[in-house]
Amino acid sequence: MWKKKIKKIVLFIFSILLAVLFLSPLYIVFTNSFKTQKGIFMNVLSLPFGPFFTLENYKEAFIQLNFIHSFKNSLFITIFSTVFIIIFASMAAWMLVRTKTLYSQFIFFLFAASMLIPFQSVMLPLINVMGWLKMLHPVGLIFIYVGFGSSLSIILYHGFIKGIPKALEEAAIIDGCNTFQVFWKIIFPLLKPTTVTVSILNTMWIWNDFLLPQLVINKPQWHTIPLRMFYFFGQYSKKWNLALAGLVIAMIPIVIFYLSAQKHIIKGVTDGSIKS
Amino acid sequence: MKKNKGWFILFVGPILLAFLVVQIIPIFIGMYYSFTDWDGIGNQANWVGLQNYIEIFTQDEGFLHAFAFTTIFAIVSVFIINIIGFGLALLVTKEMKGNNFLRGIFFMPNLIGGLILGFIWQFIFIKAFDWIGAQLGVSALQGWLSTTMTGFWGLVILMSWQLSGYMMVIYISALQGIPESLKEAAAIDGANYLQRLRHIIIPLVAPAFTVGIFLSLSNAFKLFDQNLALTNGGPYNSTQMLALNIYSTAFTYNKLGLAQAKAVIFLFTVAIITLTQLYYNKKKEVEM
Repeated sequence: MWKKKIKKIVLFIFSILLAVLFLSPLYIVFTNSFKTQKGIFMNVLSLPFGPFFTLENYKEAFIQLNFIHSFKNSLFITIFSTVFIIIFASMAAWMLVRTKTLYSQFIFFLFAASMLIPFQSVMLPLINVMGWLKMLHPVGLIFIYVGFGSSLSIILYHGFIKGIPKALEEAAIIDGCNTFQVFWKIIFPLLKPTTVTVSILNTMWIWNDFLLPQLVINKPQWHTIPLRMFYFFGQYSKKWNLALAGLVIAMIPIVIFYLSAQKHIIKGVTDGSIKS
Repeated sequence: MKKNKGWFILFVGPILLAFLVVQIIPIFIGMYYSFTDWDGIGNQANWVGLQNYIEIFTQDEGFLHAFAFTTIFAIVSVFIINIIGFGLALLVTKEMKGNNFLRGIFFMPNLIGGLILGFIWQFIFIKAFDWIGAQLGVSALQGWLSTTMTGFWGLVILMSWQLSGYMMVIYISALQGIPESLKEAAAIDGANYLQRLRHIIIPLVAPAFTVGIFLSLSNAFKLFDQNLALTNGGPYNSTQMLALNIYSTAFTYNKLGLAQAKAVIFLFTVAIITLTQLYYNKKKEVEM
C-alpha cells in the first residue's frame, strides 16, 4: 500500500517537472518580453523587475506589427476559407457517398491520393496558374485554401456519411424535398461532429500558414499575422526585446482560441489524424 | 436519384474545380516545367530536356546535402517524437490528479504556427542557452545554431517539442481503447508492468503507431516554416532541408525550372517513403 502511494507521488512530481520543462520556452519568452534590451542581456532567467521592467516593447511591437490590421486580414481569410470548405466539402462528400458509379469512386480516390502531395512540389506552377487567372489577391487565396483543404475535409465527411442510413433521405424525398433540401435540412445538421472537426483543423492550418500568403498576396495591406511577423522579425532580429513582445502578441489569438475550445480542438485533431 | 447528373455536378463540381486548379493541374504543368529553363513567374520557358535533372545529380551539391540532412533529421526526429509522445500518453492515462491539465500543456505547442515556434526557439537557443551556459560555465550550451550540429539538434528539439503532444493525443485514444479486463487478466497471471507493455499494450496500439509514424515522418520531410525561422539553412546552407532548398533555388537564384525538377523529385520521394512506411507498418500490425 505504502509502496503504491510513494510510486504515485513520484510519478506526479515527475509529470509536473515535465510540464514545467514543456512550458519553459514560453515562460522565458513571456518574461523577457517585459524587459529592456539590457535587462535581457543581464539576466535571461530573472523576472522583469526594477529598472529593467518596461511596457514600451509592447507599445512599439503592436504598432510595428500593425496588429489590428493583420489580425483582421488573418480573420477574414481564415473564416471565409473554412466556411467555404465546410459547405462544398460536405456537399461533395455526401454526393460521392450516395452515387455509386465508377467516376464517383475515382474522384474520391483522387482526393484521397492528393493527401500525399507536398505543397512545395506544386507551388511554382500554382502561382503561375493563379497569375494567368488574375487571382493573386485575397479572394484567390481563399480559392486556393478551398482547393488544398478539400482532400482531408472530404475524407472526414465521407467516413461519417457512410454511417448514416439512407432511409432518412428516402422519407424526405417522399415528402417532396428536392436533393438540395434533403442535404441542407436532413443531412447537414447530422454532420455536426465532423463539421466541428473540419472547421478546427482548417482554422488551425490556415491561421498559421505562412508560405501561401507570402506567395499569393505579398502586399503590405494584405499581410496576415504570420506574414507580418516574418518581416517584423527580420527587421528587429537584433532587438530581442521588441521581437519577443511581437511574438507574444502574435500568439495571443491562438492561446485564447485554445483555452476556449480545448476539448473540441484535441478531439478534432485526434479524429482528423486517425481517419486520414 | 440516378437521373440527377445535374445535382452531382452542382454538389461535387465547385470543390472539384478548386481541387483540380490548385493541385492536379499544377502537378502536370510542373512536370513540364521541370524540363525547361523557366526563370521567373510568368516568364517564357524553353525546353531543355533532362538538363535540370542531370544538374541536380551531378553539380548541385546543395540539393544532395539537403536530401541527406532531411533524411537523417526525419529518422532521428520520428524516433524521438514517437517515443516521447507514447511515454507522455502512458503517463497521462494513469489515474492521477491534473491529468487533463497536463494533456493540455503537452499539446499546446502544436497549435502555434511553425514560423512563430521557430522564432521562439531561436531566442531560447541563441540567448537563453548562451546565458545559462555562461553562468554555469558549460560551453556546450554556447554558440547554438552557429554550427551544423547544433542547428540539427535545434531543429530536432523544436520539432519534438511541437509534435510529441500531438502524437500523445493519438496514443491516448488508442490506449483508452484497450479493454481494462485484458490488462487485469495479465496482471493476475503475474505479468509485470514491462511485460504487459511489451506483450499486451504495444501490440494493441500498433495501428496508432502506424498513424503516429506516418504523420511525424511526412511532417519531418515537408518541414519548411520551422527551418526558415530557426536557422534559415545556416550556417552556409548546411541545415537547409529539402523544402527550403527548393524555395531558395526558385526565389533566391531564380532558377524555377531547376527548382521544379527538384520539386518533382521531392514529390516522388515523399510519396514513396510514406507509402512504403504505411505498407510495412500495416503488415506488421497484422503479424502482431
